[in-house]
Amino acid sequence: MRYAETGFDLEIDLSRGSIDKVATDRDFAELYFGGQGAAAKLLWDRVPPGTDPFSADNLLIFSTGLLHGTPVPSANRTCVNTFSPQTNLMSHSLFGGFFGPELKYAGYDRIIIRGKAPDLVYLYINNDKVEIRDATHLRGKGTTETGDLLKKELNDQKVQVAAIGLAGENRVFMASIDHNHASAARGVGVIMGDKRLKAIAVRGTKDLNIAKPAELFDISQKMNRKIAESSGCGDWMAVDEDDSFHHNHFAWGNARTRRKNYWSKELQERWTKWKYEHMDRQTGCYNCPKKCRNVINWPGRQRFGYKCFGKDTYHMAAFLELDFTYDILGVAQEYGVDSYATPQVMAFALELLEAGILTDKDFPGMPSDSRGRFFYLLEKIVRREGIGDVLADGVSHAAIRIGKGAQAYDHNTTKKFEQLPIKLGKLNPAYFLMIATGEKMSITQIEGSFPQDPLPTREQREEFVSKWEAVPDEKFKKYFLEWEKRNDIPDQATCDIVEWNEAMHYIDDSTGICGFVSSFRGQFGGDIAYHMNNLPRIISLAAGFEMNKEKLWKTSQRIRTLVRAVNARRGLRRKDERPPEDHWAVRDEKYEQELLTKYYEFKGWNSEGIPTRQTLERLDLGYVADDLEQRGILTADENASARKPSAEAATI
Amino acid sequence: MKMLPPGNLRRKQQQSSVNGRIAVKPGLTKTVKEIKVDIDKCTGCRACEMACSAYHATPRYSSINPSKARIRVVANEITDEYVPIRAGDYTPSECNGRHVYTIGGKEYSECSFCGASCPSRDYFVEPDSGLPLKCDMCESVPPLAEPMCVQVCGTDALTYVEREVEREAKEQEKRGEIEIGLESLVKKHGVQAVIDSIAQISKGLKS
Repeated sequence: MRYAETGFDLEIDLSRGSIDKVATDRDFAELYFGGQGAAAKLLWDRVPPGTDPFSADNLLIFSTGLLHGTPVPSANRTCVNTFSPQTNLMSHSLFGGFFGPELKYAGYDRIIIRGKAPDLVYLYINNDKVEIRDATHLRGKGTTETGDLLKKELNDQKVQVAAIGLAGENRVFMASIDHNHASAARGVGVIMGDKRLKAIAVRGTKDLNIAKPAELFDISQKMNRKIAESSGCGDWMAVDEDDSFHHNHFAWGNARTRRKNYWSKELQERWTKWKYEHMDRQTGCYNCPKKCRNVINWPGRQRFGYKCFGKDTYHMAAFLELDFTYDILGVAQEYGVDSYATPQVMAFALELLEAGILTDKDFPGMPSDSRGRFFYLLEKIVRREGIGDVLADGVSHAAIRIGKGAQAYDHNTTKKFEQLPIKLGKLNPAYFLMIATGEKMSITQIEGSFPQDPLPTREQREEFVSKWEAVPDEKFKKYFLEWEKRNDIPDQATCDIVEWNEAMHYIDDSTGICGFVSSFRGQFGGDIAYHMNNLPRIISLAAGFEMNKEKLWKTSQRIRTLVRAVNARRGLRRKDERPPEDHWAVRDEKYEQELLTKYYEFKGWNSEGIPTRQTLERLDLGYVADDLEQRGILTADENASARKPSAEAATI
Repeated sequence: MKMLPPGNLRRKQQQSSVNGRIAVKPGLTKTVKEIKVDIDKCTGCRACEMACSAYHATPRYSSINPSKARIRVVANEITDEYVPIRAGDYTPSECNGRHVYTIGGKEYSECSFCGASCPSRDYFVEPDSGLPLKCDMCESVPPLAEPMCVQVCGTDALTYVEREVEREAKEQEKRGEIEIGLESLVKKHGVQAVIDSIAQISKGLKS
């Protein structure tokens, strides 16, 4: 019997109209878990490196986490992976809600979608009944609207729907896949649209088996209470009305302008009133006691939900206030666009207009006020009309297409992907490495276990580490105790910290656990629910295979290294690993390159950032080394350069 | 499989004589057990469904399947409707009541508050066998001090209360189906008509 997973993948070919239920190998889960780990392996095996993201051969994978559907609280984030036309690299995306667990109850660990349908279709999965159905009647429908229509059509309120909106249908690069007020962002909606797949509706009524049920249920009960009670878990932005952090420190407009004294008591009172006068409730995801999503019922608009920084991006890009975000965000989510990237694209366009690179002729009929302009641009982008067709490819591609010096205004992308609008003073070594080498594209998906800032006194630091259960190794306590200035930390510590931060995200994104109770949240307070010390037992009780800290660490490194290999095979090299040039005002190219070299060596990668054979073999990825050598991406003489990989570090 | 009762569950100290939802105690009072539902506090997370299905699995906790839960959250993110409902009695017929209630400016269908296992929907029907499911307040042996759904509710949308109420005198005698049936016939047709009918039927049966 299979535990925690179902042991089956659903293979859909939309070109041929075929549906296959395929049994999977138990060893596969032990090596790659589910989620991103499993998807990376499938993309490596099945999508040749030269494949155009818009080719029928590109795969779109909905991958449940290993712990989805088990009693383990907060394991509900479904992973969507494919290749992105924006970056030409692996798109990594996650969404919360109920979809992944429902898919498990329907009897599948993953949906692997190949090919393209001739016209809009949707996929209906009801346990063993799986159908590709006509969706032309859903053309142009909003994301939650589509979910609602399908629930009525299928006469089943318990069906879980993930859908694209108009943006995905029109292959907008920033298109998201939305489900239950949760968005899968970062370049996956575009491929769903390219495959002409409007939605997936899932309903499952099967049992999911657990290896050690009573013990796991007992631990899950304790975790439930821990998560419910801990202020170190969940999204504090859902309840903390003081959002001076983002508004005073992040950049406004096209990621240009800092307004260091923007926040005020009077403003906070006004915004708090707007929120509570229009908030219906706070909602949560499957089997999680937190309530991170604020549901807003704004006059004249459809009810929508948001969490985290998504509530700030539109009004900060438009130099407006929260009421503007409340007005536009629900509309944008119905169209299905990424609320992090899209406002930046709009602000970029307006900056080009101001600079004279674009002119009024490019924006026929555009209102003169900021509010009107953003709504205008949203409509143009999701329809790919006029200038919207250019902007729909994201800032980097749009800048190239526009020309006339527009590329100088593409100042906030890395690997052609829009970064968070952060512009700071002095270089932060750990953040340099994370933004440079991260392959989940947004810093929020990379940072998170080690605190962002030191505590001012030794006593406070000692107090902090005394309660710090999440550390995988005592050395992190030492680093923290000795850390006094944000930007002043030994390179070795920087490398270790970056590796730990990344490792936790790779574990979460393969087990399906939410970063707000694990990988992302530890940096703020340290009191998270899941970490390297308790996850091995939880995984073992759920899935039935042996797991310990060393093995878990090695698994995280295997998955992370495989993702690197997938991207290296598609051309990712050292030259691409550069944070935005103005991310920090004061830069030191020589030091940065030295640090990057140190980190590559630390990871067992060669000078181009490609994992060496020795590293790959230690992580059971010998087949990757063979392939990279055959393609001439790795050469034999690079093999010796690897340090002893962390997978076998004695102390971890 | 070794069955371990989870150690941190809130359990009853000792097993009490329990009969359905109402535990009859000697004397003039009875304990009424209620799950209170505050729909304003429900986040729609469905932990209650997960935990209920685990607790009622055989062996206990061995599988998870919310469609087997005896509590379901009626959820609709568009109308902001979140109502946990508990499985009640089975009924073979679809109801024809289609009232829509407006509460606090939001519309709720009659179905949203109904715990019946009925043909109108697939709630509270065991998905494999088609048999109806009914909430037992987690009073199987050994009973929990609080139903499992309440224990996992992180937002107190579900709370458990026990209260002592006075028993009505009539309640102390448990009456059978025939007695109840005959009484209604007597009320309608009079005592003599019922006696005559019974005598006539008896004759017919003898012959």
